[in-house]
Amino acid sequence: MISYILRRLAATVPVLFTVAVMVFLMLRLTPGDPAAIIAGDNATTQQILDIRTKLGLEEPILQQFFIWLGSILRGDLGESFFFRKTVFELISERIEPTLSLAFLTIVLAVVIAIPLGVLAAYRQGTWIDRVVMGFSVIGFSVPVFVIGYLLIYIFAIKLGWFPVQGYQRISGGVFPWFRSLVLPAFTLSVIYIALIARMTRTSVLEVLSEDYIRTARAKGQTEVKVLFQHALKNAAVPIVTVVGIGVALLIGGVVVTESVYSIPGLGRLTVDAVLARDFPVIQAIILAFSFVYVLINLIVDLSYTIFDPRIRY
Amino acid sequence: MTAPASSSPVAETAVPLPAKPTVWRKLLRSPNVVVGVAIVLVMVCIGLIAPLIATSDPTAINPGARNRVPMATSTMRMDDGTRATVTHYMGTDTLGRDVFSRVVYGARVSIFIGISVAILSVSIGLVIGMAAGYFRWLDSIIMRIMDGLMAIPAILLAIAVVSLSRAGLASVIIAIVVPEVPRVVRLVRSVVLSVREEPYVEAAVTAGTPTLKLIIRHILPNTVAPLIVQGTFICASAILVEAILSFLGIGIPPDVPTWGNIMAEGRQLFRIFPHNILYPGIFLALTVLAVNMLGDGLRDTLDPKMEKRG
Repeated sequence: MISYILRRLAATVPVLFTVAVMVFLMLRLTPGDPAAIIAGDNATTQQILDIRTKLGLEEPILQQFFIWLGSILRGDLGESFFFRKTVFELISERIEPTLSLAFLTIVLAVVIAIPLGVLAAYRQGTWIDRVVMGFSVIGFSVPVFVIGYLLIYIFAIKLGWFPVQGYQRISGGVFPWFRSLVLPAFTLSVIYIALIARMTRTSVLEVLSEDYIRTARAKGQTEVKVLFQHALKNAAVPIVTVVGIGVALLIGGVVVTESVYSIPGLGRLTVDAVLARDFPVIQAIILAFSFVYVLINLIVDLSYTIFDPRIRY
Repeated sequence: MTAPASSSPVAETAVPLPAKPTVWRKLLRSPNVVVGVAIVLVMVCIGLIAPLIATSDPTAINPGARNRVPMATSTMRMDDGTRATVTHYMGTDTLGRDVFSRVVYGARVSIFIGISVAILSVSIGLVIGMAAGYFRWLDSIIMRIMDGLMAIPAILLAIAVVSLSRAGLASVIIAIVVPEVPRVVRLVRSVVLSVREEPYVEAAVTAGTPTLKLIIRHILPNTVAPLIVQGTFICASAILVEAILSFLGIGIPPDVPTWGNIMAEGRQLFRIFPHNILYPGIFLALTVLAVNMLGDGLRDTLDPKMEKRG
């Protein structure tokens, strides 16, 4: 088991290395002086010169890469000349809203999508199945921001149940924090629910025709127990996998949702950084999100043994 | 036999299907395909005849008619000095531009982007995937790069590509193509890897068939069905991503009428005038839904084993 974890960890290194190479090449392949691009439009000549030395732009490109990689690994992500802060400071300020939103969204999506998927599989071919699958296709098709504005219009403006926009820090109380995140989390979870419900249905359908399901029914188990204990447990591996893969959708959705709801998180920061052409921030965000995405999928891989004891490493 | 489904622009993004009547008949029997094609055709027609149905110039700014609600009327002075009354079916935006005309013209951009991204991603992915699947020494290098690209969440990668260039149609198309290519490469590679072990391919190799002919005659046809399905889903997601980029203000320049741009424009006054977001939102969602339904139907008929978004 431990050797497997180590091997899997080692396998993520080339992937992350490739991501790092691409993020590094991003600036070198654009026409123009990387130092001038990083320093931004209002930079002084001295600032540009400082960055040139720091990046080692006089050195060959391979050496530049290792200088850059070295500073990233030491946690030095550079400096944002637009926000006048180090990138590390910026990201740590903005991480709380994004983590809160992502956490609530995943919980919400799993709690809603898995029972829906099981139900659709159980009632395969009936109107329940068609409604769930129809919702799933619609969830893939309606853009996040349209859902967002629709929910704001109904639940914040017309009904007044939730704040229209903005974020309350968790240090200011759990209730205001939760209330400010209900609509964003619902918005963001729609596409995720669509994805997970679809996979749950497919996966559960596959095991429902197995002999042990018939056996469980024959010995008089209640349907709920058959579905959730016998079927779902055996159908879990593909579902967990899709929860991991869906994190990519989630990260894309965070960028849009935070813009719709004016949440000062990493997604909003991404858009601001692109509009300001603030490259150190863009690079750091891509690296950070990709790292999280790869890490989550590693954890998903390792969790297979919990859901399916037949898988041994 | 000419089936109505053949007039769909989406189904023809890859190599045309061999004209087997059974496939067409099966497709016609799938409600997903029929409804999807019908809605897509309506949108294509709206885009094509946009100049005829638009009530006014989609970029014409009219300070006297700002923020009108749907069905309001306003008078406009024409070029020849006469005055004309225009009904704003979907209201106007903060610059007094007619939302209905903008939505109608927006169909052009969305459909053009959807189709061109699908064609580009499928063609580029096909070439790279073939190379990776067929030439063993290229495989590990190509797949390392593809794994790296796929480790970056798609919208983030698109945002990164957009940030490197000036906003415009071409850079948006490239930005959406880049994250899609690795997915096509993986698909093509897996098909090639399984097909090259087939006895008929081995027989062709033994018979001394030249590599190029072998690839075109014996391997390529196997990729057609999965690529048509994949291309359709790519078309749907490209239309969505374009709208998202434009909505965030980092896509197509704001003066061009696209559905994303109209909605971006409607953001500030959303609380009072939701129509700027509502109407383009409905068109966008309906189009993407139709293309996704078409993709689902195509997958079920052409390629039942394939799983969506693997």
